[in-house]
Amino acid sequence: MFTNTLAQSRAWDFFKQPFRVLSSLRLTVVCLGLAMLLIFFGTLAQVHLGIHAVQARYFQSLFVFWSPPGAGWKIPVLPGGYLLGTVLLINLIAAHAARFQFSRKKAGIILLHFGVILLLIGQLLTGLMAQESQLRLDEGETRAYSEAPRETELAVIDVTNPDYDQVVAIPERFLTRASTIQQPTLPFTLKIRRFLPNSQLVMRGQDSSASSSEATNGVGVNIAVSEIPRTVKDDERDLVSVFVEVESMEGALGTWLLANAISDPQSFTCSGRTFELVVRQRRFYKQFALTLLNFTHDRYAGTDIPKNFSSRVRLVDLERNENRDVLISMNDPLRYRGYTFYQSGFDNDDKTSILQVVKNPAMIIPYVACALVALGLVTQFSMHLFGFIRKRNA
Amino acid sequence: MKKRGPIFTWVVIAASAVFVLAPLFPHDPESGFHLREFGRLPVLLNGRIKPLDTVARNSLLIIHGRQTIHLQHGATLSAIEWLTELLMNPGQADEREIFVIRNPDTLAALGWGVEAGKYFSFRQLFPHLQEIEQQAELAQKVDGQLRSPFQRDIVKLYERVLLYHRLQNSIEIPGTDDFKSDIEELVKTIHPSTTPMESGISPDALQRYAFLAETGYFFPIPPVPPQTDPQQWRKMGESILSFVTAGNLHPAVKAYAAMASAYAAGDPETFNAALSDYGGWLQEHFAARAGKTHVESIFNTLQPFYSAMVIYVLIFILACASWLVWEQRLGAYAYSLLIFAFIVHSCGLFTRMYLEGRPPVTNLYSSAVFIGWAAVFLGIVLERFYRNGIGSATASMVGFITLLIAHHLSMDGDTMEMMRAVLDTNGWLATHVVCVTLGYASTFLAGFLALTYILRGSLTSSLNQETARSLARMVYGIVCFATLFSFVGTILGGIWADQSWGRFWGWDPKENGALLIVLWNAMILHARWGGLVKQRGLMVMAVFGNIVTSWSWFGVNMLGIGLHSYGFMESAFPWLIGFCVSQLALMALGSLPLHLWRSPVEMQRPTSVRTVAATS
Repeated sequence: MFTNTLAQSRAWDFFKQPFRVLSSLRLTVVCLGLAMLLIFFGTLAQVHLGIHAVQARYFQSLFVFWSPPGAGWKIPVLPGGYLLGTVLLINLIAAHAARFQFSRKKAGIILLHFGVILLLIGQLLTGLMAQESQLRLDEGETRAYSEAPRETELAVIDVTNPDYDQVVAIPERFLTRASTIQQPTLPFTLKIRRFLPNSQLVMRGQDSSASSSEATNGVGVNIAVSEIPRTVKDDERDLVSVFVEVESMEGALGTWLLANAISDPQSFTCSGRTFELVVRQRRFYKQFALTLLNFTHDRYAGTDIPKNFSSRVRLVDLERNENRDVLISMNDPLRYRGYTFYQSGFDNDDKTSILQVVKNPAMIIPYVACALVALGLVTQFSMHLFGFIRKRNA
Repeated sequence: MKKRGPIFTWVVIAASAVFVLAPLFPHDPESGFHLREFGRLPVLLNGRIKPLDTVARNSLLIIHGRQTIHLQHGATLSAIEWLTELLMNPGQADEREIFVIRNPDTLAALGWGVEAGKYFSFRQLFPHLQEIEQQAELAQKVDGQLRSPFQRDIVKLYERVLLYHRLQNSIEIPGTDDFKSDIEELVKTIHPSTTPMESGISPDALQRYAFLAETGYFFPIPPVPPQTDPQQWRKMGESILSFVTAGNLHPAVKAYAAMASAYAAGDPETFNAALSDYGGWLQEHFAARAGKTHVESIFNTLQPFYSAMVIYVLIFILACASWLVWEQRLGAYAYSLLIFAFIVHSCGLFTRMYLEGRPPVTNLYSSAVFIGWAAVFLGIVLERFYRNGIGSATASMVGFITLLIAHHLSMDGDTMEMMRAVLDTNGWLATHVVCVTLGYASTFLAGFLALTYILRGSLTSSLNQETARSLARMVYGIVCFATLFSFVGTILGGIWADQSWGRFWGWDPKENGALLIVLWNAMILHARWGGLVKQRGLMVMAVFGNIVTSWSWFGVNMLGIGLHSYGFMESAFPWLIGFCVSQLALMALGSLPLHLWRSPVEMQRPTSVRTVAATS
């Protein structure tokens, strides 16, 4: 009995030190300081890397690595956003677990820190679950899918049956390295020969015999492809190119050049069926369709300053018997079946509307968190303030 | 003694009131033209209906760098006097040396040496217009941030010349002898027709009015009553052309033509009569708008922010002096003046809100005005509690500096711009933007309070322990306030982004900047609670808050990226760096060993974690 408690207390001693560190205010201060450094350098880095690369490297990572130009190695120089967020979260929970004692005086502090915990968890969930895409609609056009602006996919479309298409979409991550892709419904395999994350396509001149194309079939035969650095600008996107070799039971059918810049599908036949190949933005299909009726772009009188953008769309949902007009404008989105459609941009001389489509099941969390923190802060500080005034008046 | 105090206080305030209101009672210009009334005429520019006086001031500010022109022998030319001359007697205006060229490379490119001086008239620039345009076109092909100083200067010069040229062509074509009889002639001779050539107008006249329609800068012709839609305002040339095609000459065209001819002929009576007729017509059809334009023109004349700035300097001097002599009396003057200056500052702020129909902060300029206003308000609260001159001194300093910054930001032209579509929502402007800006204001105030502590403590022996303790309490309280508002403001920004773009947080530079302020304030509080810093440590940390806030307020805009960027402010960059360096130096001063300080602050009584937590 005695030895047992001794053992327990030894075990507790063993954990006590790390727990004390984990729950200390010192750790909080260090984490906050590191977070400031991370955010500061993450902001500066956006000038050269662009906002999307910085998000991945600085904020959605465990460590920020640095490598001298040209060197093949890299060292971690700062903890990344995920690591810092996790440590702060543990620190917060540990600190409250260690010192938790409910009293009226501490209600504000507890409330606000609970809000911060919720906020951190909410951001983690958003990072894991949110899906962002875009819907580009020309006036009069109908679509039932949105597209990921920075992700591509390779679509293999079986168009043999005139009544319907059968599509196999291969995500970008399978295309980035040389590999062989097999899919049970396809009578052939796809071999990735070369993948260019950003590229420039030029029509080959008649006399240019210099380097023959890697493509043996399709329009790619007459196109010269060169790799260019990935873009860092927010308003530009990479144009992916990929050389794909198709091989059936009977032998190789040839190599095609597929690229974002080649929007028309390229077709071939195999085992008596007709297939089309195309590289396109990754698609997210919806259970409903939107038609752009018209797009309006108001400007202030006598200027080019935009006053308002809005899209009038027709929402058709056969499953739920919805068939109605909706107006989507700046700061006034359409929310439907877990998706939110925001007016994001326009193109094509005000004839095309671009909608941002977001699905985020954790959307509500920041709202609750903000309310809790604000309430906690107000409670705590007004207690300080009233205490102070009372003391002065006494 | 005691009785004289309040009377003197009222004398000081009355004197300040006279100073503030004096511009309303100017000596009438000898010319006899009612130019003040002329300056109140409404025109449309950049989507907003504003008095001509505003157009005159902003244009002169862009072209000349000031709102008045200083002539020889101490005489001055007000903005509206200048604009009237430019519109109606351009020959004389072209002789005014109002273009400032300081860059020696620009001077050299135009064939001048430094000895040519820095002031040039349009007449002098005229032979070089082609060269200026070519050089500017070359420079404009270079990305804004990569331009050399010469390229930036020549582009600016080109923009100023272009603005001058467009202004000049807003009422009549320069060189018109008698605009009124031209218009009367037009009315007599033509038969309005949808094809202008068949109306009987001479090809030459048609070309001139088309040029006027294309080149004119502002829209002086209001909608035809009963229409009031701002889209219906017209340029002079457009209105004349629409008469040619559709008939019905707009009364405003006749009025402006009559004024132009009378002004050119030096005939004040006719000018004033035409002006007053037109004023009557406006009153009859646009009475609702006339109120706002009138208020704006008074606001322009009074320049409340300028007056407040001057009074803040006085308050600062009084408050600092109160630490040396006559503590009670000077302190009381400073405090009452602070309240007076705050009222003046508030009048300016609320007038702007009324004119714009917007919450207080809509752009960088108004954020500066609001930061100063909020800091002064908090300073008054502190002074109300402590009565030791610290609240007055610090608040007046922040008020002065922010209004000075606002003054420099106003050099780009109209500070009441229309809001772009994304930002066009009063609800979020009133909550998110105001909260974040209050966060800036209070972080700055805490930082400047800490500066007072460090400067007084290290350089003078005037900081006794009681004052030091009260300063520590002030800084702590203001940091709490700053944490609350910067946190709530930042999160509200996230929610706005979620509502408008579908993402709560995007690591945009401006968002990051706001988050840095939250984190820094949270860090100060946690370091204080954890006993990691004591009184002086708290002060040094609060000073660093100035750097964090100025980075968030200005630094991120200089990155020139992100949704929130206002454009590259090359001229402010060295100032920002200088400010940050000075703050670091003061932090070093604050960290010196205590025996090098002249005031014996922070004596041996150790403040443990528990007592701090319990007392704070």
